Amino acid sequence: MDILSLFLETGFWLAMVRMATPLIFGTMGELICERAGVLNLGIEGIMAAGCMSGWTWVFLGGTLWGGVLFAACVGAALGLLHAVFTVHLGLSQHVTGLGITMLGVSLSSFVFRMVLPQVTTPPKIVPFAPLDIPVLSTLPFIGPVLFSQTALTLLAFILVGVTAYVLLRTPLGLALRMVGENPLAAEAQGLSVLGLRTGAVMVGSAFMAVGGAFLTLAAFDAFYIGMVNGRGWICIALVVFSSWKPGKALLGALLFAAFDAIQMRVQQQSISAIPYQFYLMLPYLCSILALITMSRKAAYPKALLVPFRKGER
Amino acid sequence: MPNTPVLRLCGITKYFGPLAANDDISLTLNAGEMLALLGENGAGKTTLMSILFGHYVADSGTVEVQGEALPPGSPRAALTAGVGMVHQHFTLAGNMTVLENIMLGTEPLWGFRRNSARARAKLGALMERFQLRVDPFAMVRGLSVGERQRVEILKVLYRDARILILDEPTAVLTPQESDHLFATLRELVNQGVSVIFITHKLREVMAASDRCVVLRHGRVVLETSTKATSAEELAKAMVGASIPQATRTPHPHGEEVLFLDRVNASAPDRGASLNELTLSVRAHEILGIAGVSGNGQALLADLLSGLVAPAGGNIVLRGQTVNHLTPAAMIRAGVGRVPDDRTGTGLVADMTVMENLSTEIYRLPGFSKRGMLNFKALASRAAQLMDVFDIRCAGPDAPVRKLSGGNMQKLILGRVLSQGPHLILANQPTWGLDVGATAAVHQHLLDAARRGAGVILISEDLDELFQLSDRIQVMYQGRLSAPQDTSVDRARLGLMMSGQTFDHRGAA
Repeated sequence: MDILSLFLETGFWLAMVRMATPLIFGTMGELICERAGVLNLGIEGIMAAGCMSGWTWVFLGGTLWGGVLFAACVGAALGLLHAVFTVHLGLSQHVTGLGITMLGVSLSSFVFRMVLPQVTTPPKIVPFAPLDIPVLSTLPFIGPVLFSQTALTLLAFILVGVTAYVLLRTPLGLALRMVGENPLAAEAQGLSVLGLRTGAVMVGSAFMAVGGAFLTLAAFDAFYIGMVNGRGWICIALVVFSSWKPGKALLGALLFAAFDAIQMRVQQQSISAIPYQFYLMLPYLCSILALITMSRKAAYPKALLVPFRKGER
Repeated sequence: MPNTPVLRLCGITKYFGPLAANDDISLTLNAGEMLALLGENGAGKTTLMSILFGHYVADSGTVEVQGEALPPGSPRAALTAGVGMVHQHFTLAGNMTVLENIMLGTEPLWGFRRNSARARAKLGALMERFQLRVDPFAMVRGLSVGERQRVEILKVLYRDARILILDEPTAVLTPQESDHLFATLRELVNQGVSVIFITHKLREVMAASDRCVVLRHGRVVLETSTKATSAEELAKAMVGASIPQATRTPHPHGEEVLFLDRVNASAPDRGASLNELTLSVRAHEILGIAGVSGNGQALLADLLSGLVAPAGGNIVLRGQTVNHLTPAAMIRAGVGRVPDDRTGTGLVADMTVMENLSTEIYRLPGFSKRGMLNFKALASRAAQLMDVFDIRCAGPDAPVRKLSGGNMQKLILGRVLSQGPHLILANQPTWGLDVGATAAVHQHLLDAARRGAGVILISEDLDELFQLSDRIQVMYQGRLSAPQDTSVDRARLGLMMSGQTFDHRGAA
């Protein structure tokens, strides 16, 4: 067992990119919400809801892309709920977010049980197959690692570029960032703060749900309760790690996935000198260390967590 | 052509709870005119302008721009109609560039790409035309207050506004910056823009405006051409009665109560660090510290309150060198503090008047016994102070946050002065107070000096400093000038505040 030889394996890189995919979706979603000034702690529950709803759609006979779309709609609906409480009513973003998480997690278990009353082994669906793009997939190394993933992984990478472009280059992105920095300034320029924030939370939540759906529609072929397993919380940390920048968020997601992939390999190979729980813990320990070193000087959106009420100072 | 109305407010009424902030206000602005809107705090000036700009919705009344009614509650509609507003608290995002702040909302939201090049060209032309220069790619957080205000004005001009509203535009500017601002506004008016500015500084009204409207308790009490009125008449209209001005009667100075000998100090987030500060205050003396805020005044106040330890130099308090003091020890040593941030470091807003009056005395014998508070003594003390210092509130159990700024300040002064302090540190004591409360605060400070306290008065308001101080030192980037006599030329002091001709060794 040699860690260095691990990095020469194509399989390791492939696993890393695959494991990063749900994190990329979730982190982009959270990043959009926070850039508009709304912390969305509902992410864990929204990902669980996406996980369940995407799978259920396909299990009941829908197409795979239909499942992704349905998951996105469920995510957007939960996002709307979050926005009604935090943006329109100005309630605590922490409390509402945690409430949405509990709602999302338990509602998905509940609905899953309702759809499938009596099974011992979870039923399976036919998930997304790896892509086979002419030319690109046959490239050495890059081909298998990037272009023989499922279509959802490719979509995640495209999404990072689109998010970065929209935020930094378009009038809409400028408006979103301004709403997260100084909502009064945005209102004074004739923009609708409540509308922009609601939109950002809904779109961001839809992305989170697609990240959840990736788990059941591409990474795996069945739904388990507790499947999201803390990935949502990791996304929240990754947003801080990235200093609210999409490019750095992609980097962070890949880095965390790399730790996770290393952990899985080393765990299999090591003899019992070190308990396997230690390796399980490693990615989280590394992300705490990375957070401490990377984000101490992060310039967070100035109006994050601050509700905007029209006609009040 | 003059006397063509471009803006007409008719019968604007707005209630906040039972309080009428605006009561049937009607107002006209003519083309190419500079109108001053005057009034004390709470007279309803900002409310009126916020209604005009669509931040608030009026309970009744209409707004007409160029003869067309403006839909209520829509800043977008106001902008489209050519009304631009420069808020007192700037509405800029610090983490974005000047250009981004200006462009925001001027392009269709769903456009594919921001056209920065065109925006920059337009902005460049505006800067040229009105002589308002700022680097379009600078981050706003790095700009000075004066530059930020320029960005705000450019933001409004960029949208081709024909009517410009400025809410207390000079509150944060040096005298020179204010002069420059009014020169700019005059230039705008010459080019056909109509301007309304809100203020309570009479000097500006007399110097700059064509016409003025005075509000009191939400009503228009006076509307006149500036030529036809005087500062005295305006002051009387604002307050409703003439307010006797507190006047200084010179008194021979006593012993030195505080001596700072080349004191250095620094603290992150407190603005400039203090550099070789030397000052001396004697009993019966009021020492004014002039300067634009952010030049180290906050740190000086922290230092003298015992919140920050000096990094070098000596602090001599009534003959004793004291370099390691805590706030509690400072209070025991007879230093009374009137902080600039009333509800931040001065008072606990959610606690009652009595509790706030007790914070510096509750440990003294008579007010507590074996760790138990003597509420009877505290309550009678509170009642007495409320009476002596004219603190108007519902009662000793009223939460402090319900008090007006003036009454909060009187509460703080009551707490400080009743202790018979040897040294009073008053940091911006009349900031945001109206004329009546300001006069009361001034009188209290003068009385304290007459009784033998030394007073350090930190202020940005030159009128106040000249009115109260025996000597004035100017603070600029953490350094103090030599003491100036109050006969010093006002313009000279203004130049020192902006760092020009500043010589801290004070050969001036």
